[in-house]
Amino acid sequence: MVPPEQGIGRTGMTSPNTLLICEHCDTVYRRRPLGRGEVARCARCHAELERHHLLSVNAMLALILTALIVFVQANMWPIVTLGLSGQFSGTTLWGVIIAMWREHAQVVSVLVAATLFFFPLMKMLMLGWLLVFARGGRRAPGFVRLMVILHYLGPWTMSEVFVLGALVAIVKAHVYFDVIANPGIYAYAALTFLITIFAGVDLRQLWDDIPEAGA
Amino acid sequence: MSALPRAAELGLIACPVCGLVCRNVAGDRQLDGDGVGDAMACPRCGSLLRRRKSNSFMRTWALLIAAFLMYIPANVLPIMRTASLNDIDDNTIISGVVELWRAGSPYLAVIVFSASIVVPVLKFLALGILLTSSQRSSAWARLQRARLYRVVELVGYWSMLDVFVVALLTALVRFSVLSRVEPLPGVIFFGLTVVLTMLASMSFDPRLIWDGRNSDD
Repeated sequence: MVPPEQGIGRTGMTSPNTLLICEHCDTVYRRRPLGRGEVARCARCHAELERHHLLSVNAMLALILTALIVFVQANMWPIVTLGLSGQFSGTTLWGVIIAMWREHAQVVSVLVAATLFFFPLMKMLMLGWLLVFARGGRRAPGFVRLMVILHYLGPWTMSEVFVLGALVAIVKAHVYFDVIANPGIYAYAALTFLITIFAGVDLRQLWDDIPEAGA
Repeated sequence: MSALPRAAELGLIACPVCGLVCRNVAGDRQLDGDGVGDAMACPRCGSLLRRRKSNSFMRTWALLIAAFLMYIPANVLPIMRTASLNDIDDNTIISGVVELWRAGSPYLAVIVFSASIVVPVLKFLALGILLTSSQRSSAWARLQRARLYRVVELVGYWSMLDVFVVALLTALVRFSVLSRVEPLPGVIFFGLTVVLTMLASMSFDPRLIWDGRNSDD
């Protein structure tokens, strides 16, 4: 494998901006600028090729920072508290992770910790780092490596699924217990909202937006 | 060459990670994804360039079969135990849905049923169909098959719902002897099923749907 630095010896690079290949069927297209809100679709398999970037780098950075703050709150504050004849029992996300570990479901504990804590946190920190430098039109130190890691992290963050799970757990528990919703659940709801806004962003745009020349 | 040229016909190759369009200087033979002699790296991100995901059929089949083997105990074994003063109640995925329907909310029961039963079964069927039809280079319903793959990718991870429900209830319901919830082995198998089906759908290469002798354009 050729490291990227050496690879720039033009092993096979065409002009990166003129052509586009559909990931889902390998059809080649000539790129054209997209209008506001426009989405380019593949004529063969109808998959999305590219969409107009509505969010500027500044807007993305603002969203990431907001998400980071909300994420910290969602993890610090208890999510739900149950009451049963005068006794109360609440939990945070880390309470969930620890409880599953102690109850001999370590596999689940690791899954929860990865998909709800470590991966989302890594994603936000890495993106924030890249975007801070992108504001100045520069590639952050470690740009290439971080972009590759972000690509692989893609489908492994599940905060939005957890919100629905919390809702189901509340309804199930409601039959036997008094349920008190804590601030953590609202923070999670807000986080889901932010994730949904961000879902339409194709991070690959950063490759083209910040050319290598600066680095 | 057709009106919609494909990368191979033009001697091009797309980077699977950053999307850069590269000239396939290594030629097709070395980049067929069999893992032998694949030596061309993306000049932009350094990822290995391959014409197709490596060993897509074999890997996807293997992961899918492994996922299915996990899915059987995930459904047969109970996933959660509710213990109170005078009784112990073990729930499987299905009995959890039924209970939610009866006691809580039918709407949520439908959502849980979809995430825990419909989505995994859909994934097994869809990937099975995609694999067999693509292996035979079938030209049948290519567009619909391409769509089916995208749906599978989109909804796959929602299956984790039940795992999170059990985890949250375990952490919440701990009133010493009065009432406790414990996870049971079923939930571990179910978590593994979800991870394995996600890996399976990632290792399938949707471009294989469009490869083959009878191109439809």
